[in-house]
Amino acid sequence: MARAAKIVERVTALMDKPDRIRNIGIVAHIDHGKTTLSDNLLAGAGMISEELAGKQLFMDSDEEEQARGITIDASNVSMVHDYEGGSYLINMIDTPGHVDFGGDVTRAMRAVDGAVVVVDAVEGPMPQTETVLRQALKEQVKPVLFINKVDRLINELKVDEMEMQIRLGKVIDKVNKLIRGMNEDLYNQGWRLDPKNGSVAFGSALYKWAVSVPFMKKSGVSFKEVFQKCREGDMKWLAKSSPLYAVILDMVVKHLPNPIEAQKRRIGVIWKGDKETPEGKAMMNCDPNGPITFMITDISFDPHAGEVATGRLFSGSLKRGMELFVMGTAGKVNRLQQVGIFMGSERVEVEQIPAGNIAAVTGLRDAIVGSTVTNLKEMTPFESLKHYSEPVMTVAVEAKNMADLPKLVEVLRQVGKEDPTVKVTINEETGEHLISGMGELHLEIITHRIKRDKHVEIVTSPPIVVYRETVSGSAGPVEGKSPNRHNRFYFEISPLEPAIVDLIRGDRISMNMMELERRNILIAAGMEKEEAKGVRDMFGTNLFIDMTKGIQYLSETMELILEGFHEAMEGGPLADEPVMNVKVKLVDVKLHEDAIHRGPAQVIPAVRAAIKGGMLLAGATLLEPIQKIQINIPAEQMGNATSQIQGRRGQILDIASEGDSIVVVGKAPVAELFGFAGDLRSATEGRAMWSTEFAGFELIPSSLAKEVILAIRKRKGLKHEMPRPDDYLER
Amino acid sequence: MLTFIGLGLYDWNDISVKGLEEVRKADLVLMEIYTSRLMGSSPLQIGERFGREILLLSREEIEEHPEWFLSRAVRETVVLLSAGDPMVSTTHADLRLRAASRGIETRIIHGASISSAVCGLTGLQNYRFGKSCSIPFPAPRWSPNTPMETILQNLSRDLHTLVYMDIQGKRCMTVREGLEQIGRMSEAMEAPVPELFVGVARAGSDRPVVRAGSLQDLVAFDFGPPLHALVVPASLHPIEREYLEVFAGL
Ligand SMILES: Nc1nc2c(ncn2[C@@H]2O[C@H](COP(=O)(O)OP(=O)(O)OP(=O)(O)O)[C@@H](O)[C@H]2O)c(=O)[nH]1
Ligand SMILES: [Mg+2]
Repeated sequence: MARAAKIVERVTALMDKPDRIRNIGIVAHIDHGKTTLSDNLLAGAGMISEELAGKQLFMDSDEEEQARGITIDASNVSMVHDYEGGSYLINMIDTPGHVDFGGDVTRAMRAVDGAVVVVDAVEGPMPQTETVLRQALKEQVKPVLFINKVDRLINELKVDEMEMQIRLGKVIDKVNKLIRGMNEDLYNQGWRLDPKNGSVAFGSALYKWAVSVPFMKKSGVSFKEVFQKCREGDMKWLAKSSPLYAVILDMVVKHLPNPIEAQKRRIGVIWKGDKETPEGKAMMNCDPNGPITFMITDISFDPHAGEVATGRLFSGSLKRGMELFVMGTAGKVNRLQQVGIFMGSERVEVEQIPAGNIAAVTGLRDAIVGSTVTNLKEMTPFESLKHYSEPVMTVAVEAKNMADLPKLVEVLRQVGKEDPTVKVTINEETGEHLISGMGELHLEIITHRIKRDKHVEIVTSPPIVVYRETVSGSAGPVEGKSPNRHNRFYFEISPLEPAIVDLIRGDRISMNMMELERRNILIAAGMEKEEAKGVRDMFGTNLFIDMTKGIQYLSETMELILEGFHEAMEGGPLADEPVMNVKVKLVDVKLHEDAIHRGPAQVIPAVRAAIKGGMLLAGATLLEPIQKIQINIPAEQMGNATSQIQGRRGQILDIASEGDSIVVVGKAPVAELFGFAGDLRSATEGRAMWSTEFAGFELIPSSLAKEVILAIRKRKGLKHEMPRPDDYLER
Repeated sequence: MLTFIGLGLYDWNDISVKGLEEVRKADLVLMEIYTSRLMGSSPLQIGERFGREILLLSREEIEEHPEWFLSRAVRETVVLLSAGDPMVSTTHADLRLRAASRGIETRIIHGASISSAVCGLTGLQNYRFGKSCSIPFPAPRWSPNTPMETILQNLSRDLHTLVYMDIQGKRCMTVREGLEQIGRMSEAMEAPVPELFVGVARAGSDRPVVRAGSLQDLVAFDFGPPLHALVVPASLHPIEREYLEVFAGL
């Protein structure tokens, strides 16, 4: 580790020079070569030996990652690169490409300021390429492009030099089109990718060479040599004359922003507080002497040190022993124990970490992924990390041995803390707990790790699809009575307008932003002024609006009312599945005079029942998750692929030919996609390349609705009949 | 017939003779133990003394599932016992309404209540009390300040306030805990803490404790076992002052 120790020394020397720092993420579609690239950058920077890089996949250190050949967890590493006479600190995060682990990409994009988008030259941009780009742009993270696996283009597809250039040009065009489609302003402000200025590089991560237009001027190695040497099989020469790490890291230093520059642009997007406050100013200036503002983007578990929280430090400096607060918790002091950085799977302690870096610390007991940590008593938290996809699959887990019951509960809480795309529902009464995640693989990995790392033997149910509930019409005012019947709540329930749902999904409105600003955005999207003024809470894509005026004691009861609202949104009336796209308006309230008679036990059930009963009156409907499927397949096999989609209540959306292969795009319900991989493989003799992507929720066909609802109710131990409004409302 | 019977303040002896006779004649005897309770006798002792089996009911059982005993009250006599006076805590008003809506005859046999007992124990005149209020045990995300608002409103109109202490299962709020809540509320509201309080413990027992003093005085004072109640006096009439000096250590 002597090699690493020396690097740590160089890294720490640069930490307090923000203009010399680049925080970057490596993002791509699955298998396009992110980890191979990351490893070789490390080797180039002297972190690991040349021989190990790419073979051992240093960044894929988990045995599960090695066995499956995919990245599961994002991992961080810091390195130093010399460019034009200066040294630069590169804090890099390698992210997973599989859709099921997309949550890691969302989180990493909060921590970094720039991204190297890797695209396989043969496959071109794929669905996940689009998704990761969208996430980067949403977080104001600037992309550069690396077109990888150029060796395959030459040696496997046997294209000629001309054809190679045309293909590469096409890839760049496609990516540029995506960027422009997502954010035209940024595209016009210099985020367009252009090989001439060096924001695009081409190469082979596996064989450790790359070229870019600026680097060609230094090395004299151009496409001509690339083509020739690849054909001759002398890639070693290329690696020596035009090394991958130098080309890529030059591009990173030159084209990706440093934290000072990046934070000026990013803070307004990821933090909705007042920029004139001390913390606002400190973040805008990346001030190491300002208050601590630290956002946690990852939590992992270290057998020796316990929980390790990793995140981006936007201002202040972290030191051991510091007393910090985690926003949104009871406000207890959390004392920093260790302060360090990650070098792959190793964590190295350092004296202190100043603003603009990615830090890994221990001692933050109350933090979860997404937490805002500060030394101030109060600050507006960072915007929450919204993943584009939602949990669509659930497994039930139970402890095998009675003795493990309490430990399993603890382990599951930990799982929920570490991975915000997982939703854990703990039921201590039955001992049957639920884990909802992004897909089969995601759940398989989680349950496997509970056994492997936490040593709890568990029994797992087959995966179950997660549905959603919403309403198709309006109802109200419906009355909810408290158990003592002295408190009454009146609600109107209706579908939330699609334009408002889009605002929430796109993170355009937040409960943290100034009331007036939010109101104006809502009005601009078509909401009536009175409603926009009354917005009190957002829960998923559901909105709670208080339309009442001047009701005594309402303000101190509001938290309890919102609690009841949350409970109703977490499990709707049809089948106790999560609710989406519903607007709940509180139109009148009658409260008991004395505080004791309008406490939690009275208010929460009354509100919950009124909303659920109201949803049934408003035409509650069940939605099912849908997956978009893209299949690349030789033309003669097309029929076998389309029938696989159509046979699963699916729909073909597009068929396009690309060279001698066909790209089929379709969609189908998640419920029908179990076993799809195997069936497609045997139907197409293993010649299909395919990927799936979450495509939202759609109304379940009415012919199936009742059957599905009753099956869920039965599974959950709810009354085995269709629910009626009277189950919730007293008449 | 549904008869609400007040058990009075402290132990089984406090029920009225009329109430006791009704209990003995009834077909079903219920007792509610959540709005208040008798600290001087256990429900078991009360049952023995009254010569009746008594069924204890929780809040949920009365508020959410009263159907079974209401339907028995259609033909039989059902009595519902509660500590103090049955109708001072407003929750039973709803039950009486529900019974009436089913055509059940109802009646009330009153018992002594803390709301009148404090007048005797503290000497504060009944005519000078404003709205009363309760201090609840704070729950997650719920620690209302309205009790303090009520106290301040009363004070501004020169009226005394009777403050009930929360009861949650076995947990009975003490004067000390109540005063701590008052301290918290006045801090949250940036309002001054009232100068004088009177704490009352075990009203109706042989040895009730009554003590007047500042918040600090009473927090330091040991009132002994529950139940406790608190009064926030407004300005004192000379007789009220003398009474507190003689009977409450002012
Ligand atoms: N021929 C060739 N193969 C490559 C190149 N880069 C990566 N590969 C291979 O592509 C496969 C996937 O590489 P990884 O680096 O694991 O890809 P990844 O993007 O990290 O994959 P995930 O993290 O699972 O999304 C491996 O078998 C690599 O050896 C390249 O430049 N040329
Ligand atoms: Mg990888």
